[in-house]
Amino acid sequence: MATTTPTVPRPRPAPSRARSWRVPRHGLGLGLSTLYLSLIVLIPLAAVVEQSVSSGLSTFWDSITSTLAVNALEVTVVASLIVAAISAVMGTLVAWVLVRDEFPGKRIVNALIDLPFALPTIVVGLTLLALYGPTSPLHVHLAYTRAIVIVALLFITLPFVVRSVQPVLMELDAEVEQAAASLGASNAVTFRRIVLPALAPSIVSGAALAFARSVGEFGSLALITAKVQIASLVIYADIESGDTQSAAALSVVLMAISLVVLFVIRRLGARVAG
Amino acid sequence: MRASRRTTLSLRTLALVYLALLLLLPLGVVFYRTFEHGASEAWSWMSTPAAQSALWLSLIIAVIAVPLNTIFGVGTALVIARGKSRRAGRVLDALIDLPFVVSPVIVGLALILVYGQGGWFGNAFLNNGIRIIYAVPGMVIATVFVSLPFVVREVTPVLKEIGDEQEQAAATLGASAWQTFWRVTLPSIRWGVAYGVVLSTARALGEIGAVLVVSSNVAGQTLSLPLLVYQRGENPGSNSLIGVYSAATELAVISVVVLLIMTVFGSRRERTV
Repeated sequence: MATTTPTVPRPRPAPSRARSWRVPRHGLGLGLSTLYLSLIVLIPLAAVVEQSVSSGLSTFWDSITSTLAVNALEVTVVASLIVAAISAVMGTLVAWVLVRDEFPGKRIVNALIDLPFALPTIVVGLTLLALYGPTSPLHVHLAYTRAIVIVALLFITLPFVVRSVQPVLMELDAEVEQAAASLGASNAVTFRRIVLPALAPSIVSGAALAFARSVGEFGSLALITAKVQIASLVIYADIESGDTQSAAALSVVLMAISLVVLFVIRRLGARVAG
Repeated sequence: MRASRRTTLSLRTLALVYLALLLLLPLGVVFYRTFEHGASEAWSWMSTPAAQSALWLSLIIAVIAVPLNTIFGVGTALVIARGKSRRAGRVLDALIDLPFVVSPVIVGLALILVYGQGGWFGNAFLNNGIRIIYAVPGMVIATVFVSLPFVVREVTPVLKEIGDEQEQAAATLGASAWQTFWRVTLPSIRWGVAYGVVLSTARALGEIGAVLVVSSNVAGQTLSLPLLVYQRGENPGSNSLIGVYSAATELAVISVVVLLIMTVFGSRRERTV
């Protein structure tokens, strides 16, 4: 996409009222967009960074190396990695079935994939509590364990990999696969050598989004993880107890983790795409 | 790759069972728990004054936040796709994704630090009698924050895809920028805008983390529907469990409706692009 587009001579607009169609004339649009984004997003986030070091760098370091913070970060990152991995495998499988398979009710299943985006996260938490909590009809008691954290995160991140792999799989040329098969390649070999390399960038970027989302997730975990220390819940507890400095310090680390993952993935994706 | 019938069937079964276990089974249990003692009991929990005002508050917040983000979203998408400065567009494009990356509780914390008591701008507002944090305005700003990227993300690719030839033509024929926008640009991006609006609405109605931090959580005043579910769910002792489940069912029904609209708009949008 980065090829230099030849400059086509544009028809000159009539000099009277017509202007060349550039919306942010005099940069007004750009200015307003930046102002809105600053007031709502950028200035508040800057305040978090400022607050995290407001009592000096050593306090910042102390708050992110406390046992509680380190434990919470470890649990959160490990759970998110597991979720990204399972999501990558199952998401690819679901996308495959939705693209290459035909069965009655496929359109309903396809619509269902977006359910986690539509369903409020607190409802997700509550549904899992109803299913795996103390009154579980299945007598499976996972509530307040690390296992239920994984289940909740798998639920809310389901669409990421499916929706990023699906379009790529649709575009994929079946003829190459047929050629491989006619040359004697087994299904396993065709999948590993032909299909997987083509899908890999979209699987990885979907999994990275799932990871980033998992690291910061709060709503679906709020009701079901009383005894498991998750980073976002520790931040919430710090805010509630008025310790905004610790909350801000942990927030900065959490944001850094998500941003680094997304940045690295984007770079990787750009390199693969050429 | 021609999978054998057995492989196809087993893959299909695996995918469907995974989805059923992950998505449908838990939802089914909540519906069952809501109505296991009859619909009237569930209804009485949904129609308590606290529940009614929570539903209202959620709707009001969405009605303020979504139009704001729609106007901003279309404008920003135009800046990114059509703006003079490529570099400014790219920077804006990258920054827009921040709300997707930041944990909702961090959003709440950030707003407290700026608009709360002793915050960067907080005292200026408080001295004029405007309370933002632990009040409805803060909940609105938090909702705007978390639902900010959706419209931009949906509209920008459509704008890039359709190109600006028609807009140029309209300008050549003497249309003002404003006329060009309403008559040429907006009609061709409308399904993208609609899809973004639906996604923002879903997020606005369902947001909990960011709103929880900046709300005073007082029933009848600053308790949105998700917060009501959280509050009832946190103290199941003081409330019948049906109270929790019925509020959750209410939210779930709203989101299923949103999902249906999403599916319709999604397919329209794909057809036009």
